[in-house]
Amino acid sequence: MLKTRIIPCLDVADGRVVKGVNFVDLVDAGDPVDAAIAYDAAGADELCFLDINATHENRGTLYDLATRTAEHCFMPLTIGGGVRTPEDVRNLLLAGADKVSFNSAAVADPDVVARAADRFGSQCIVVAIDAKTTSPGKWEIFTHGGRKPTGIDAVAFARTVAAKGAGEILLTSMDRDGTKSGFNLPLTRAVADAVTIPVIASGGVGTLDHLVEGVIEGHASAVLAASIFHFGTFTIGQAKSHMAAAGIPVRLT
Amino acid sequence: MSLTVLIDYDSGNLHSAEKAFQRMALEGAGGTIEVTTDPDRVAKADRIVLPGDGAFPACRRALDAQTGMVEAITEAVRIKGRPFLGICVGMQLLATRGLEYEPTPGLAWIGGEITRITPSDPSLKVPHMGWNVLTLDNCHPVTEGLQTGDHAYFVHSYHMQVADPAHLIAHTDHGGPVTAIVGADTVIGTQFHPEKSQTAGLRLIANFLNWAP
Repeated sequence: MLKTRIIPCLDVADGRVVKGVNFVDLVDAGDPVDAAIAYDAAGADELCFLDINATHENRGTLYDLATRTAEHCFMPLTIGGGVRTPEDVRNLLLAGADKVSFNSAAVADPDVVARAADRFGSQCIVVAIDAKTTSPGKWEIFTHGGRKPTGIDAVAFARTVAAKGAGEILLTSMDRDGTKSGFNLPLTRAVADAVTIPVIASGGVGTLDHLVEGVIEGHASAVLAASIFHFGTFTIGQAKSHMAAAGIPVRLT
Repeated sequence: MSLTVLIDYDSGNLHSAEKAFQRMALEGAGGTIEVTTDPDRVAKADRIVLPGDGAFPACRRALDAQTGMVEAITEAVRIKGRPFLGICVGMQLLATRGLEYEPTPGLAWIGGEITRITPSDPSLKVPHMGWNVLTLDNCHPVTEGLQTGDHAYFVHSYHMQVADPAHLIAHTDHGGPVTAIVGADTVIGTQFHPEKSQTAGLRLIANFLNWAP
C-alpha cells in the first residue's frame, strides 16, 4: 500500500536556510544540505526547498545547493521558487532536483505546465497553489507571496493544471500559513477531490493531529510542514508514529 | 577497472542516479561510473544503465535520435551479455511495446506491454507517487539482501505487464498488483527509482555493480 508522505520544507535564500533550523545539533544551522542530511536520516519521505528570493543573479547558489544535496541524500527533492520556463525546469533537474514546482508562472500561463510536462514528464512537474478563502466554500489564488489577488478560483485552477499535465499539486492555505491552527481542511478536500493527481497539504501545521486531519479529512496524499520540524517541536519519527496510530499508512524506518 | 555507463538521452534527471552509483562504487562495489551520450563508450562498458523519465513514446524517440545508440546497447547486452539495468521508463523500454499515448515498440527484451495503472479503488491517485512496499516474487542476484516489505520510491502512471511470470522479480500494490522489478537473462529493470529509495535502493545498485551473470 502506498504510504502517506511527510515532507519537511526549507525556505532558502542565496543558498542558505532563512528560518532557523534547530532540531538537531547542526554545526552550521544555515546550510540547507546539513538540514537535508539530518532529515534524510530522520526518515523524511521527501524534501522541499523553496527559494524565497529567486532572482537570476542568485540562481547559481540554488543550483549548487541542489547538486550538493543530491550528493548526500538519496531521496526525492523538490525545488520551487522563481521557476518560469521549461529551461528553468531543465536546469534544476540537471542540478539535482527530482521535481520542480511552478507557482506564479503557471497562474500567468497554465500552458507552461503542459510544455514542461511534455518535455520532462508529469512526474517531475509540481504546481504550487497559494489560496485564500474569499467566502465560505470559495478560495481564490494569490501570487507574489500572497499579496496579489488573481480572481482565479483555486479548485478550477487545480483541475486546469492537472489536465495540462501537472503530476502533483502543492496546496498552501494563505489563511493558515504560519498560524499553527491546522490546515484549511475544506480547501484541501475540495482540491484533492477535484483532481486525480496527488495533493500535498501545506500551511498551518502546529500539532501532530493537524497532520492526521490533513489526510483523513482533507484527503491529502502528503503533508508538508516547516516550523514544527525545524524548531524541534516534533521529530519526523513522532509525526509518523502519531499518524500510524491514527490508522494512516506511513513508512516507518 | 570495470566501467559502468549511464546513458544520457536527454530524458530526466541523471544527476541523482550518477551520484548514487558513484557512492556505491566508492563504498566497495568498485569501478568507474560515467554518464555518456557516446555509443562507443557504451560498446566499451562492462555494465549499462538506462534511466528515463517522461512519456514512453518521447523516451523511445529520444533514444532512437542518438545515432548508433540502440545498436550499441543491443550489441553489448544481447550479443555480449553485458549486465543492463533499466530504471523507470528505462525499464519500460525493455517491453515489447508501450501503450502510453500511442502504441510504440520497445526493445522487446522482456515480453510484455506497458499499460496504464487502473486502481480498483477509484480514490487511489494516479500517478502512483511515493513510497510503497515491495513483494519479492522470484529470486534474482540483484535483489539479494532485499526482502518483502522493503520500501521503494515510485513515480509513474504506467507499468509493465509481463508475458511470462518468471520475469516478474517483484511487485507492489496500488489497488491491484503493480510491476516493480523485471528480469530476464542479463537484463533487469526497476519501475521505482533505486537512486531515490535510500537503503533498499542503494543495496540494489551495489548488487547490480557486483552482478556477474
